[in-house]
Amino acid sequence: MQHYSMNLKLKVWRQKNSNDNGHFENYDVNNISSEMSFLEMIDVLNERLISEGSDSIAFDHDCREGICGMCSMVINGQPHGPWKGTTTCQLHMRAFKDGDQITIEPFRANAFPVVKDLMVNRSAFDRIIQSGGYVSVNTGNAVDGNSLPIEKQHADDAFYAAACIGCGACVAACKNASAMLFVSAKVSHLALLPQGEPERKQRVVSMVAQMDKEGFGSCTNTYACEAECPKEISVLNIARLNREYLNANLSGN
Amino acid sequence: MLDAKIPAGKLDEKWTKYKGTVKLVNPANKRKLEIIVVGTGLAGSSAAASLGEMGYKVKAFCFQDSPRRAHSIAAQGGINAAKNYQNDGDSVYRLFYDTIKGGDYRAREGNVHRLAEVSTSIIDQCVAQGVPFAREYGGLLSNRSFGGTQVQRTFYAAGQTGQQLLIGAYQALERQVALGTVEMHARHEMVELVIIDGKARGIIARNLVTGELERHFAHAVLLCTGGYGNVFYLSTNAMGSNVTAAWKAHKKGAYFANPCFTQIHPTCIPVSGDHQSKLTLMSESLRNDGRIWVPAKQGDNRPANEIPEEERDYYLERRYPAFGNLVPRDVASRAAKERCDAGFGVGSSKQAVYLDYAAAIQRYGKAEVSKKNLGNVSAEVITNLGKDVVKEKYGNLFAMYEKITGENPYEVPMRIYPAVHYTMGGLWVDYELKTTIDGLYALGEANFSEHGANRLGASALMQGLADGYFVIPYTLGNYLADDIRTTSIPTDHPAFVEAEQKAFDRINKLMSIQGKQTVESFHKRLGKIIWDKCGMARSAEGLKQAIEEVRALKAEFWSDVRIPGEINAMNQELDKAGRVADFIELGELMCIDALERNESCGGHFREEYQTPEGEALRDDEGHMYVSAWEHQESHWNLHKEPLNYEVVKPSQRSYK
Repeated sequence: MQHYSMNLKLKVWRQKNSNDNGHFENYDVNNISSEMSFLEMIDVLNERLISEGSDSIAFDHDCREGICGMCSMVINGQPHGPWKGTTTCQLHMRAFKDGDQITIEPFRANAFPVVKDLMVNRSAFDRIIQSGGYVSVNTGNAVDGNSLPIEKQHADDAFYAAACIGCGACVAACKNASAMLFVSAKVSHLALLPQGEPERKQRVVSMVAQMDKEGFGSCTNTYACEAECPKEISVLNIARLNREYLNANLSGN
Repeated sequence: MLDAKIPAGKLDEKWTKYKGTVKLVNPANKRKLEIIVVGTGLAGSSAAASLGEMGYKVKAFCFQDSPRRAHSIAAQGGINAAKNYQNDGDSVYRLFYDTIKGGDYRAREGNVHRLAEVSTSIIDQCVAQGVPFAREYGGLLSNRSFGGTQVQRTFYAAGQTGQQLLIGAYQALERQVALGTVEMHARHEMVELVIIDGKARGIIARNLVTGELERHFAHAVLLCTGGYGNVFYLSTNAMGSNVTAAWKAHKKGAYFANPCFTQIHPTCIPVSGDHQSKLTLMSESLRNDGRIWVPAKQGDNRPANEIPEEERDYYLERRYPAFGNLVPRDVASRAAKERCDAGFGVGSSKQAVYLDYAAAIQRYGKAEVSKKNLGNVSAEVITNLGKDVVKEKYGNLFAMYEKITGENPYEVPMRIYPAVHYTMGGLWVDYELKTTIDGLYALGEANFSEHGANRLGASALMQGLADGYFVIPYTLGNYLADDIRTTSIPTDHPAFVEAEQKAFDRINKLMSIQGKQTVESFHKRLGKIIWDKCGMARSAEGLKQAIEEVRALKAEFWSDVRIPGEINAMNQELDKAGRVADFIELGELMCIDALERNESCGGHFREEYQTPEGEALRDDEGHMYVSAWEHQESHWNLHKEPLNYEVVKPSQRSYK
């Protein structure tokens, strides 16, 4: 792999707090190595800003290995940037070339208010889980793990749905700011497993109600969510959610 | 004298007897008792959920924006349990024995046996929650092997086991939030511990969004705040992982145990340059199928695929034929360092070895051909079938490697090098997980207990969940049963006022320095000192230098750090500054501990103490104890908790 160095023009969203209107600032960053991660490039800029006496750019990040779901950002119009199936923290600078202009914004959605700069409040997702995204089993209630065989295909499908990292890119990608991919991934994960069966109907009804209450928009099947999802969660989960929801309502739940 | 309060009696009866005789709190009283849980990883989430289910009033805190982000989520490989589903000779005793031996005989027998006992219930609980573990075609749970063992007892969910287990615990936690038994405070960081009449009675937390300091009362405080690997700056820990809560407790009287016992994980992606902000682990499960090698000739610069088989040195298989590539982490890491130091390293930095999947791809490919009865097929078909199998088992890890390095690990061997990954040391706790401060408990990686001087793979998840789901629900009641008459203490109590003032003064002091150097630059310098002199190999001379250097760095930090922004607003640099200030103090204690321990054991390798073959040379006569450090104004006092082995006979660890 050939490494190179580049100079870039950044256009970054700055917003002091949730009450501030916010605006774009332009920054030049030079001598960025293609081996750096995208967030390391922002680290370099932040170190410079601090040395110059200004406030660093606030952004969410933690594991920097694509699994905690904390990092966000819309990079050149795409949540988590240009690489398919990749979180912002795993995006590397070899995705860009010398002289590029990069626009960096927070996830935009009414249900995700901006906290500061590139950081948003995604606690709506926690409240959706609170409304039913679990199996009601207290510690100590369990039977032996192998007492109930689960068809491998179902277990695998449940796992692929459960791989959602709750980052909110699906919401940011959707023109309606719909949270259907997130909600359907959780509904699918639990509906596919026998352990989720007893609460199956109540769960989907409650979670959808909470999603609506949080102010997420409707799903109009554009599949932008699937295209931008860093974990490539399938829109088939949305189809499954619709079936589950219909079924629950038909049976009077 | 430190009393670990290990119950008397036979090893395999201790926990059962303890549970049968421990004091209980009746349901009506539980509703009146408040508990603070700091940290929401596996230990914290499972504890908060379980205690909420039992009826206690719980407040949980995490610095991330959601409890689901805690760093347990990044654990890849798996979780051990003595289920013996594979009928390969596993048992509670074997898991106990492997863990004691893997820890190089520096852990307590009683604690480790309890861990092995409850391991099986953890799997059952997680399955019941809907954790989608990997399964076989028959629908039953699948297992794989991990380092330091000869049985298959590791349960997994692809390379995302930590994620799935944490989501299980997180969902259980959110269910309690919905039921009103747990109050969740995300984006909050504990900055002081409140002690009243010798008992932990609450915390001061900083709201990271507004900068406000908040007072929170509780009858007991549980620290589930993870490890301190970020003292090295570069580690596989998350960027926010820190020691601050534990360190505040330490400075208020909780002893810190075995701080020098840190784990360097053998298979991480090597450092690529000065810009590096963190390191990424490649799961130990990759050593199941991958073969580790370096060129047999020093300074061989040919690309890996051009080096013929007979000119490769599979040094782990050569040195440790019985365990081969599956030796414990400390052994594998040191062996990699030894080869690189001797000039056999690969890649541009020469600080890397190869982890090669070519043989595994061929082996799996041929197995598929025979399984599918395909008869005579071309080499290409075999390779492609083999790649598919490897992809199913390790696909996400291979993809992650490719994203970071830009190289395709299905075609060329991965380059790996050891990196800081886990800390066995932590707050000293007794059998009940209680620290030396009454009412203050430490769970999971934040405590020091079950892994001795080296943790085996897939045991961290096991311990975190054991502590949270199955240990603390029993042991906490034993303390709270005597506290049922204590009503909530109002937070205008002088102890709360004083603790808040202390936190406020420190923040003000940090902000008022207005020096020239960034927090990050201090953290990097600290990391380099600790990595160079208290990392994979340590010497008395180096450690003495390191202590001086860390002290000088501390003075420089407190006179020249520059923190922009405001106090009463979100300020990520200020958050970081508080954490780095604590890491600097811990760094000094780590070196002091490493200097005091005149032996090599597990992850602690003192160059002066090694066998002729270069293996760790323990000194059981002189050092079979837990080092528990008591903080004083200008120094630390050492307390030794002797380790008594009644069942296992400590011997030189051999993986040959």
